[in-house]
Amino acid sequence: MNVLTMPSPPAGDAVRAYSLKTIGVSKIFGPLTALDDVSISVEAGEFHALLGENGAGKSTLVKCIMGFYSADRGKVLLNGAEAKIANPRDARANGIGMVYQHFTLVPSLTGAENLVISRADAPSIFDWKKEKAGLEAFLNRMPFRVPLDVPVSALAAGEKQKLEILKLLYLDQRLLILDEPTSVLTPGEADEMLGLLRGMTQRKEVSVIMITHKFREVTAFADSVSVLRRGRKVGGGKVSELSVEDMARMMIGDTPIRDRAIRADRAPGDVVLDLSALYADDDEGLPALDQFNLKVHAGEIVGIAGVSGNGQSELVEVLSGQRPLKDGRIVVKDEIFEPNRKSYAKLKIFGLPEEPLKNATVPRMTVAENMAFRTFDQPPSAWLGWWLSVGPMRTKARALIKQYRVKTSSPESAIADLSGGNVQRAVLARELSGEVDLLIVANPCFGLDFASVAEIRAQIMEQRNRGAAVLLVSEDLDEILDLADRVAVMSAGTINYVSPVGSTNRAEIGKHMAGH
Amino acid sequence: MADIAEPMAPPMVAASEWRGDLSIRIRRGAEYVAIPLFALVVSAILFSLFLLALGKSPIQFFQLVHQGGFGTAFSIQNTLQRAAPLILTALAVAIPARIGLVMIGGEGALVVGGFASAAIAIPLVTGKASPMVALIIMAIAGMIFGALWVGIAGFLRYARGVNETISSLLLTYIGIATMNFFVEGALRDLTNPNKPSTMPIGDAYMVGKIPGTDVHWGLAIGVLLAIVLHILMSRTTFGFAVRVTGGNARAALAQGIPVGKLIVICCLIAGACAGLAGFYEVAAIQGRANASLVAGYGFTGILVAFLARHNAIAIIPVAIMFGGLVASGGLVQRRMDLPDATVLVLQGLTFVVLLVSETLYGRFKIFQPPITADRT
Repeated sequence: MNVLTMPSPPAGDAVRAYSLKTIGVSKIFGPLTALDDVSISVEAGEFHALLGENGAGKSTLVKCIMGFYSADRGKVLLNGAEAKIANPRDARANGIGMVYQHFTLVPSLTGAENLVISRADAPSIFDWKKEKAGLEAFLNRMPFRVPLDVPVSALAAGEKQKLEILKLLYLDQRLLILDEPTSVLTPGEADEMLGLLRGMTQRKEVSVIMITHKFREVTAFADSVSVLRRGRKVGGGKVSELSVEDMARMMIGDTPIRDRAIRADRAPGDVVLDLSALYADDDEGLPALDQFNLKVHAGEIVGIAGVSGNGQSELVEVLSGQRPLKDGRIVVKDEIFEPNRKSYAKLKIFGLPEEPLKNATVPRMTVAENMAFRTFDQPPSAWLGWWLSVGPMRTKARALIKQYRVKTSSPESAIADLSGGNVQRAVLARELSGEVDLLIVANPCFGLDFASVAEIRAQIMEQRNRGAAVLLVSEDLDEILDLADRVAVMSAGTINYVSPVGSTNRAEIGKHMAGH
Repeated sequence: MADIAEPMAPPMVAASEWRGDLSIRIRRGAEYVAIPLFALVVSAILFSLFLLALGKSPIQFFQLVHQGGFGTAFSIQNTLQRAAPLILTALAVAIPARIGLVMIGGEGALVVGGFASAAIAIPLVTGKASPMVALIIMAIAGMIFGALWVGIAGFLRYARGVNETISSLLLTYIGIATMNFFVEGALRDLTNPNKPSTMPIGDAYMVGKIPGTDVHWGLAIGVLLAIVLHILMSRTTFGFAVRVTGGNARAALAQGIPVGKLIVICCLIAGACAGLAGFYEVAAIQGRANASLVAGYGFTGILVAFLARHNAIAIIPVAIMFGGLVASGGLVQRRMDLPDATVLVLQGLTFVVLLVSETLYGRFKIFQPPITADRT
């Protein structure tokens, strides 16, 4: 058991929330300064947003507070007194709890079981009658309820997220840290959850630090904000005194951003991709695609929106030959699609998968080799279709590296040595440098910085303008609204709503995402 | 960790930068040599402690290994004789490893292949076929049955997702038991009362020696195969597709690479190598199939392949080194009064240290390319 004592709550009976300050926190990983002298201040009962691009240091800062990392310099004050937090258990004993991007509940246990076993003083043998009575009393004090007697796996994402928060409150945590908590929720669920938290902060029951990169969430729910860029705190203050433009400028700095892609005005052409009545199973053998129908025309982007886990990733895997199709027909340009190299080359099908280092590259192979995945068995990279010609392969890689501004010390470097944005750019160079008729894109901007995101979106739009059919699967509704010509909402393995982007809105899409 | 990038920075000045290519490759190559060497040294030290605990002299041990494995012309030939099957069984591990499989069924494929060679020799010898023809048929039979043995494990992996490490290990036991079943039953040579064996193929049908040496042709064939397979893996589109699959099967599938087909082909090649080793054990050493085929070459080959980092060329010197260790086993046993399992202790230690040393890759600055500004 932990011997740390709880810091005494600040004066005033009503205020249960804790305040937190970081003073000059720095964290260095080898050649990289992840955090440089960062000081933030969160008052008791404040809803504080931590805003920044990916890689700005938000997660690192939070991990220093939670004790996952020990800061190289600086300290953390809790209620004005220095807190010594060496590991996450200390953080918990100090009343700091965290909600992660992905769920940490045990799916096969009920909500009640999850809450009770999470307690540090959970007994070896449970007296369930007593525990249930205790939970009931606890729930009565809470502003929201979640059914506690069904397995967590049967709960919707929004309910699970609420249960994660309930767990922290049950453990009597007074400062909640949320790491992009809305990425798995529908817009409606996200607003409801953040609204509840806001209510709790206003009643001074908890303080909240929320990591996010969505301005909408900051302006709608947060009291104050700190903006990080490249490991430094570059600004912040009361949200009411800042405009979105101010925050965006702080976040991005003076990095020039490629202009928003221009959507060329063009009527959609023939059907390029025709998916009819697709069925496929997920890894557990449960149906993931269930009578899935969709057509994508030349010169249009169809965006598939949906709460993650409704079959989107299985759809992308089926289309990239990574998952067998149980039933249904994939027709590309009037030909039955087979996931082999001949088909890909002949029908000019290309793909930008999410997390390219994991899904589109071989990390330990070189940049040049990774760039040759499409062409290694065609001249000039191959001789007689069999012998590898390393010279032409390398020459081509050099040209692509230059054209797509991939930052690498050499085409012979392992691609794993490149930064995320540069890996994505190397994959873009490989997939988009030729003629593209069909492009399958999945969450192309996950984990990338602002400038890379703008660049990649512009490239996708360019392909559409040139006449490619683009299927865009994204968990980021804003991305879909920004890029797509038509939006299709996916729920429980099927499309239940299709509409041109111009004649729909977030609320309508959100309703269908929730399965109605 | 996410990165801090400067994506819109002007492109680097190309020409001067590319000079780094060669240095990067040299550094990477040096790492692949230095870390296994380091692992060898550490395991030698640990083994010395083991000997000291037994009250034996480590110095004497290593002197005897040198003397018994490499000291005289005779011992060198003895070493090379034992290196031949090790090269082939190591290839049987290295080729599947390139496509991401941990296949350890070389011992089974060797035994099955050797037994198939000896069995098919019976009608050939009794029918007085020409030795050349007989040997070719025997070699092909050995390779086919060896290929089948590892191929089964590969096919189960491809078709049903069965763990290939477990299935290939278990197939080894099935292979050994199958040979024993026939050798002690239907195919037993009843004129030999001592040890259940198949009928001897006779001196006229034995594989010859490399001229001027006492080493059979299996060594030359093994070296040749290692070179050919190295070229196949590094310089052909087939090898490229195999490396992509081994590095990231998901990415390979998304590129339309026929992953399942490549897996089965690699396993067939691997099994054929081990089966060929079995053929040479029968046709060049034993002259018949019996329990002596189960000499552990298949298992030592696993160690050789891992130590060589599954590089077919590097397998050659490593196999010779372990051939020497195996060859000196008898001498060590006699002179130092140590049980013959002692050498196995050294091999086991080396394997464990080697696996631990895998975590060292990328940790030493000297082997890393100069860090670019945005590397995180």
